[in-house]
Amino acid sequence: MAKIIVEVALKPEILDPQGQAVASALPRLGFTFATSVRQGKRFEIEVAGEVTPAMLADIEQAAQTLLSNPVIETYVVKVEA
Amino acid sequence: MKIGVVTFPGSLDDRDAARAVERAGGIAVPLWHGSDDLKEVQAVILPGGFSYGDYLRCGAISRFAPVMKSIILAAEHGFPVLGICNGFQVLTEAHMLPGALTRNQGLHFLCTDQKLRIENNESMWTSGFEKNEEIVIPLKNGEGSFQCDDETLAMLEGEGRVVVRYLGQDPNGSRNLIAGISNARGNVVGLMPHPEHAIETLTGPSEDGLTFFTSILHQMVGR
Repeated sequence: MAKIIVEVALKPEILDPQGQAVASALPRLGFTFATSVRQGKRFEIEVAGEVTPAMLADIEQAAQTLLSNPVIETYVVKVEA
Repeated sequence: MKIGVVTFPGSLDDRDAARAVERAGGIAVPLWHGSDDLKEVQAVILPGGFSYGDYLRCGAISRFAPVMKSIILAAEHGFPVLGICNGFQVLTEAHMLPGALTRNQGLHFLCTDQKLRIENNESMWTSGFEKNEEIVIPLKNGEGSFQCDDETLAMLEGEGRVVVRYLGQDPNGSRNLIAGISNARGNVVGLMPHPEHAIETLTGPSEDGLTFFTSILHQMVGR
């Protein structure tokens, strides 16, 4: 069994009020390291057997059509060993 | 004049939309998300609500419902479609309209009587308004901030496809205060505020919303 990770993030030019809210909460807790926070999504997808190029192509397709909205988001597909 | 109103799992305003159709003088036909049968309706409304619990992204899962296949195909041939609130979100996810709706700038769920300006009265759903007519109808959503890239924004403005714009204070961070847009042909319109909740003064802030529904009925009679 293998695990595939798809990370989805808002494009840099898209307003992220949730990330901004987190960024403004951090200093209230004494954490002063952050100059900016962007919030995204992470999908952990378990698959049976080995990850094949065909499966990766399918996941790429799924990431493009369902997991992310290309109008406002970008995604990265990673295979976890 | 039959107008279909789609019910997705989690739709909320389908009954009000159907009632608005009937009050405008049309016949409302319930359509089910799981069937691709449009039951010979002459236009379709995608209502407000929280289809699929707004999981993943608002409208992201509804977009793949069997009924949407038929609607997307029909809309390419000029079939009129109105998306209200969640319906607008479904239309952008389905790429029937450009841009996307994201979390309100203030992160609050808004519920307010909103002043708007009708900027385009040439769409099939706004033809009964005067150009630049000011109306008040309810706005109620958590993810109503209209976002798109600069190129798309310039295109929408340049082609006069901004159908309704927020007046007064910016409610949610939408680019250029955009509340609703249309496709190039003007048959597909999406807006975040709710015309179906403003069709009589007993329950709404005005009767301004009714004109969206009478507009489409007049358009279809005129065909």
